[in-house]
Amino acid sequence: MKKAVKLSLFMLLAFSLVLAACGNKNSAGGVKVGMVTDTGGVNDKSFNQTSWEALEALKKDGKVGDIKYLQSKSNADYEPNLNEFIKGGYDLTWGIGFALAEAVQKVAGQNPDAKLAIIDGAVDAPNVESVLFAENEGAFLVGVVAGLTTKTNKIGFVGGMEVPTIQKFEVGFKAGIEAVNPDAKFTPIYASGFDKPDEGKAAAATLYDSGADIVFQAAGGTGTGVFNEALDRFKTGKKVWVIGVDKDQSLEFGNDVTLTSMIKRVDVAIKTVSEQVVDGTFKGGQTTTLSLKDDGVGIADTSKANVPQDVLDKVEDYKAKIVSGEIKVPTVE
Amino acid sequence: MNQANKILKWFVSDSFIVSLAAIVLGLLLGAVVMLVGGYNPIEAYAALVTRVFGSAYGIGEMLRETAPLLLTGLAVAFAFRAGMFNIGAEGQVLMGMTGASIIAITLPGIPTGLHMILAVIFGALFGGVWAGIAGFLKAKRGVNEVITTIMLNWIALFLSNYIVRTFLLLKGDQRSENIPASASASIDWLSSAMNNARVHWGIPVAFLAAVFFYYFLWKTKQGFELRAVGSNADAAHYAGINVGRNIVKAMFISGVFAGLAGAFEVLGVFHYQAIYSASPGYGFNGIAVALLGMNHPFGVMAGAALFGTLSYGSGGMSFEAGVPPEIIQIVIGSIIFFIAAQGIVRFVIKPFYGKRKKEKVL
Repeated sequence: MKKAVKLSLFMLLAFSLVLAACGNKNSAGGVKVGMVTDTGGVNDKSFNQTSWEALEALKKDGKVGDIKYLQSKSNADYEPNLNEFIKGGYDLTWGIGFALAEAVQKVAGQNPDAKLAIIDGAVDAPNVESVLFAENEGAFLVGVVAGLTTKTNKIGFVGGMEVPTIQKFEVGFKAGIEAVNPDAKFTPIYASGFDKPDEGKAAAATLYDSGADIVFQAAGGTGTGVFNEALDRFKTGKKVWVIGVDKDQSLEFGNDVTLTSMIKRVDVAIKTVSEQVVDGTFKGGQTTTLSLKDDGVGIADTSKANVPQDVLDKVEDYKAKIVSGEIKVPTVE
Repeated sequence: MNQANKILKWFVSDSFIVSLAAIVLGLLLGAVVMLVGGYNPIEAYAALVTRVFGSAYGIGEMLRETAPLLLTGLAVAFAFRAGMFNIGAEGQVLMGMTGASIIAITLPGIPTGLHMILAVIFGALFGGVWAGIAGFLKAKRGVNEVITTIMLNWIALFLSNYIVRTFLLLKGDQRSENIPASASASIDWLSSAMNNARVHWGIPVAFLAAVFFYYFLWKTKQGFELRAVGSNADAAHYAGINVGRNIVKAMFISGVFAGLAGAFEVLGVFHYQAIYSASPGYGFNGIAVALLGMNHPFGVMAGAALFGTLSYGSGGMSFEAGVPPEIIQIVIGSIIFFIAAQGIVRFVIKPFYGKRKKEKVL
């Protein structure tokens, strides 16, 4: 028995050494782009994931060389993770999410020669490119869809956290509903974080139970709970809708419950700024807000599966009005 | 000679060898997991070591990671020595953060240094009182501290979020205002010498706290009383020791350790207090660190250093060797697993261990 244990341990060690020798490391030339996620992680089915997929697409097209991401376990990790890329000689380092704004600001100041960029946060430094989105405008459009589709005249909203970025979704969504259906009752619920599917599920259940038939979620990972609640109800024969966020979530959760999705083109931002570094046109020090006009936000192309054409036409009308400036979508209440 | 013998004895002591074997087994299991996942474990472990010890920045950040783990580890171990299981270090850390933030942000104009010390003291007191509540409930009403401390964690989380949101908020953001420079606990000259690693006074304080822990428990009468209560509360009572008072005292000191961890995270690392959507996890890691260190202050020190190294170095594993963070968590988890499951470790090392003992007898 003892021998067996000893032998197995020995084999284990030998095995690991043999396999270790087979390890390979590949490194290509070209511009190196790094990305630091917030605590949501790279598989959040939301903006971290979209960002990473955009970088992977850039690499696939041969536009950039090495790409890499570092996941942050806690908010103490943001700075060392950003520094890791800068010390590793990366040509561009992305911080994903408003939570990283403080760390990006500090690291950019300490490394004036490094190039950084941030999504969803405004950082005032000459070597940082900040990209914001006009979420309120995109949310307005799905609000129009919700206002025209609801049968119960009750519409819900689940936000990940009560922060300005998410409140922009709520305010825009509400304005969209009011524009087409002033009688509809609107109820927002906020969870306590972006990584709490259980809270999302409970919030969705509360909203559906109170008679809402459409729920718009802007809650990252918490939003998967909203979809799961809707799918559970669908299985028992009750028809309820979810409006997805950030990317086309009907691809993930199916057309049975996904009415439409509000798209936030984080990928466009990642692509544009990364390519600027490749071309040498990266300036830094700017804050860009991608709006409806730039196709930075919008409504999913697959919406026609569940949304009738006349509603989509209405959406197009409003889109044109927002782009032309005829309608100003509020950002705060 | 005698002293050297003592140290040598400690190195071959049972607890030391079991801990060491657990670490080795954990690393081996981690290597197997990495191999199954198609990653090179040797490259990964090398990257871990280089990230921590390859640069001054790495060493500084590792110490930064270690300091709160050491303090929360001491908090858990201290309560444990007095016979209590303080699961509430998490909440006490948060209260420590809040106490320090309140003093740092709402009382500007106090001279540099003094301001910082005042904020640290308040943070420590907040943590101590928070833990003291659980101690008081246990001493007076016999309420199990495991339950009260867990519940107090939630209260601390939402209370400190409420305080930050209502009184200290930076407008339009999810955090408090920045603390003034006069309350900063960062060691600026050392920090700039270490490539901006966030070193702060909490690091030496944490190590001093471990020394205090040792001195207090084993060299003072009060410490003796605490340990007596921890070993057998009934016997201690019979011997004339006031059990209730010692329970409250032990929890208070335990909470002070945790509160210090929180205070220095705010004053030395972030310079603001975030609104947390969930407990940041310092206290829970502290339980693992205390376990790793077998509830002895110097063991906790080693445990915290190991944990800090793994935790900070793990970033290097994903950076250099491409190991995804999930697998790194498995590696860290397996080390803790083997330390907790000492029976397995003892079984595995028995063949080597037994033989050596026999030689000794001969």
